[in-house]
Amino acid sequence: MSNDHHNDVFTIGIGGAAGDGVREAGNSLGTILADLGYEVFLSFSYPSLIRGGHNYSRVSFSREKVRCDHEKLDVLVALNEETIKLHHDELHSEQGHFPGVVLADSFDDEDKKRLGENAVAVPMIKSAEGLKAPAITRNSVALGAVAYLLDLDYEAMRKVLGIVFKDKMMETNMKLADIGYEQMKKLGFKHQKRLSSKGSTSQGGRTLSRELVEGNEAFARGLTAAGLDFYVAYPMTPSSSILHYLAKRQLDTKVKVIQPESELSVINMALGVSYAGKRVAIGSATGGFQLMQEAFGFAGIAELPLVVAISQRQAPGTGVPTYSSQADLRLAIHAGDGEFPRIVIAPGDAEEAFMAGANALNLAWKYQVPVIVLLDKILSEHSMTGVFDSKTIQIERGRIAEHTDEKYGRYEISPDGISPMAFPGMSNTVVKANSYEHDRYGITIEEVEPVKEMLEKRFAKARTISDALHMQETVKVYGDRDSKDAVVFWGSTKGAVLEAAKYLDKPVKFVQILWAEPFDSERVKRELSGAKRIINIEGNHNAQMAFLIREKTGIEVTDNILRYDSRPFDPIGLAKELTRLVLED
Amino acid sequence: MPLNLTTYSKITWCPGCPNSQILVAFRQAIQELVDQNKLKPENLVAFAGIGCHGKITDYLNTNSFTSLHGRLIPAMTGAKCANPELTCIGFSGDGDSYSEGLEHLIHAARRNSDIKVFIHDNQLFALTTGQASSRSPLGFKSKTTPLGSIEPPFNPLLTLLSAGASFVARTYAGDLKGTKRIMEAAISHKGFAFVDIIQPCITFFDTRDYFKDRIYWIDENLPKNDLNKAMALVNGGDEKVPLGIFYEVERPTFEDQLAKI
Repeated sequence: MSNDHHNDVFTIGIGGAAGDGVREAGNSLGTILADLGYEVFLSFSYPSLIRGGHNYSRVSFSREKVRCDHEKLDVLVALNEETIKLHHDELHSEQGHFPGVVLADSFDDEDKKRLGENAVAVPMIKSAEGLKAPAITRNSVALGAVAYLLDLDYEAMRKVLGIVFKDKMMETNMKLADIGYEQMKKLGFKHQKRLSSKGSTSQGGRTLSRELVEGNEAFARGLTAAGLDFYVAYPMTPSSSILHYLAKRQLDTKVKVIQPESELSVINMALGVSYAGKRVAIGSATGGFQLMQEAFGFAGIAELPLVVAISQRQAPGTGVPTYSSQADLRLAIHAGDGEFPRIVIAPGDAEEAFMAGANALNLAWKYQVPVIVLLDKILSEHSMTGVFDSKTIQIERGRIAEHTDEKYGRYEISPDGISPMAFPGMSNTVVKANSYEHDRYGITIEEVEPVKEMLEKRFAKARTISDALHMQETVKVYGDRDSKDAVVFWGSTKGAVLEAAKYLDKPVKFVQILWAEPFDSERVKRELSGAKRIINIEGNHNAQMAFLIREKTGIEVTDNILRYDSRPFDPIGLAKELTRLVLED
Repeated sequence: MPLNLTTYSKITWCPGCPNSQILVAFRQAIQELVDQNKLKPENLVAFAGIGCHGKITDYLNTNSFTSLHGRLIPAMTGAKCANPELTCIGFSGDGDSYSEGLEHLIHAARRNSDIKVFIHDNQLFALTTGQASSRSPLGFKSKTTPLGSIEPPFNPLLTLLSAGASFVARTYAGDLKGTKRIMEAAISHKGFAFVDIIQPCITFFDTRDYFKDRIYWIDENLPKNDLNKAMALVNGGDEKVPLGIFYEVERPTFEDQLAKI
């Protein structure tokens, strides 16, 4: 196992009590670093409490893409004493590496002894009080101090700071950042190793800036780019920030946002929107989605286009609501009663969530099916730098009926199963949607042949979708394509796996499955059949993807690395385990 | 011009079921509103839930949305938000909206969603062959309450008035003219219009004689904007059953406000 890459990633931890502004501080620092041209990964962990619990933000940044949290800290900003006790063992202490530094208002004797010269007292609270600013602004002192430690271009940083704090007491925050920076200078503290940034990305003659974006926001921006008209949702962690983002941006995006009385209302309202011809998406955690099952089947039988975002968290029941899981893969692909075609896409990072949002809306309308985008807490609430270019997104309206008259039937039989869609309000045209099995006009039926014909019509669409799978990015391959050692994974586990890959000496093939339904058996078979060892990595107890692969391809994985304690995989730990497994033979 | 509002679907309500009278009253109401240029037929959408009432969408040659049990109300609000030109009329039952989907009825009234809801109130579950509903009287004997129901019945009019419905009325299915008149008024009302239609189930709970002696039409000229009087009227015990428009006020609709954002 190689550690070469380790020195290229800086990680800063910020800890404090809920209400201390830990998340905001992490966001500000992450945004500053992204704007300075670094690749950033930002995570946030918190208990299901509003105040008083321990909140912890981690910002990892590098010249190269950072795909997940790194355990070792270069700097720990402690907004309270508890943070030092909880996280001091995450500080770098290895030979040949700058030791990790702790910034805090003060240290008790135990911590002073433990940390020595790496305990750096920075007057955060006093400085904020001195400017008569609220306690939460003390984070800016820390930002200034961190800027000094990392030897960031301070003038450039101040410019970015001005943008970040545009509406939030900019002058005060800038002054406090200066105090932090000067304090470190006064202490004559050594700069840590300096990283050069890589600037902006150029594509097709246009310069695209990389942005630090949370997975949920990326997904919402993908939906918006693909022409979303309505978003309907009931709040539930970790899906709520899709709702927050779209609600906040509704004046710019013209997306109408509705928060009804329950999840049952959410999905049924969305089906009404869809029936009337507007593009709609809904979102929840898996528990909320379970309340929608009956109407999900209704979307299937009535062929109403619908996008559903499901963000997984540790379940069953209320579970561990603010932590992650990948245990709802089976639920998503089998959702609803009866049998009907649907699409389930599981993006692995913020850029893929953006594309999945756009793709899902287009596919829902193209095929008149419900489309699920399966997210999880890590992907939903952690942020990563990426390029999110709405201009690359095409809007596909699907097959809309033109020149309709009284002969129009909403469920007209066609070879590919897709019937031209008309909407209420078109003259001389009657449009009937029905949760009962129905004939081509939408009138209820029970007779054997028509019932069979209509079910087969819907499954003709399933064939049409499968026939076009080669046009989609259903599977992605990384690493050494010819290696006999293959690692297979899906969803946000991608981050930890590809980060772990940087530490492996032996060439390994990495296979990411993005489409869970329909499953691209042909492609998965092609990528895995040559492997001698297949290691499956996922965040659940039952190895759901491993068994799905066996069901669809007959291929058995040789090893499973599973985590089901609600916490994310650690790339270093994963690298060690992978190294042990691939060196076994 | 006479509209063709019938379909080829065979009517499977019991012969003599007052549901047929509701269907006829509705067709007549629509014909009149279209003749008066108050409604374009292509903008009409009939919604239904599940229950005997729910068959009505198959018998209407109009746009329709046959929803799930108890879930038509949010779908109506969704469609109205998506296309404010639509006139969304929902048919539901006491099982469908006073038992299963009550939350939606209350919240749609509260937000003054511009939809019209007609409840076929037969005081039991009929399509599932006669079980007690939230509207069955105390002591009601049925397949699920062979010893008599121990639950008092729900008062929908009182609940809807307190929830903020801007139009609250009751009619009797057997009075075709009266029902048509109430339907026209409800459809013409801008905002959430709620109509309870007493619809005796002639197969499982024939209340025709019971209601014949008790129903009466309130004076049409009474002021309709007095919430306290309306509540007193609909909460006056079982001896007399008033019919008519109890309450009608104008307030901003959910869809208009959403469209303005």
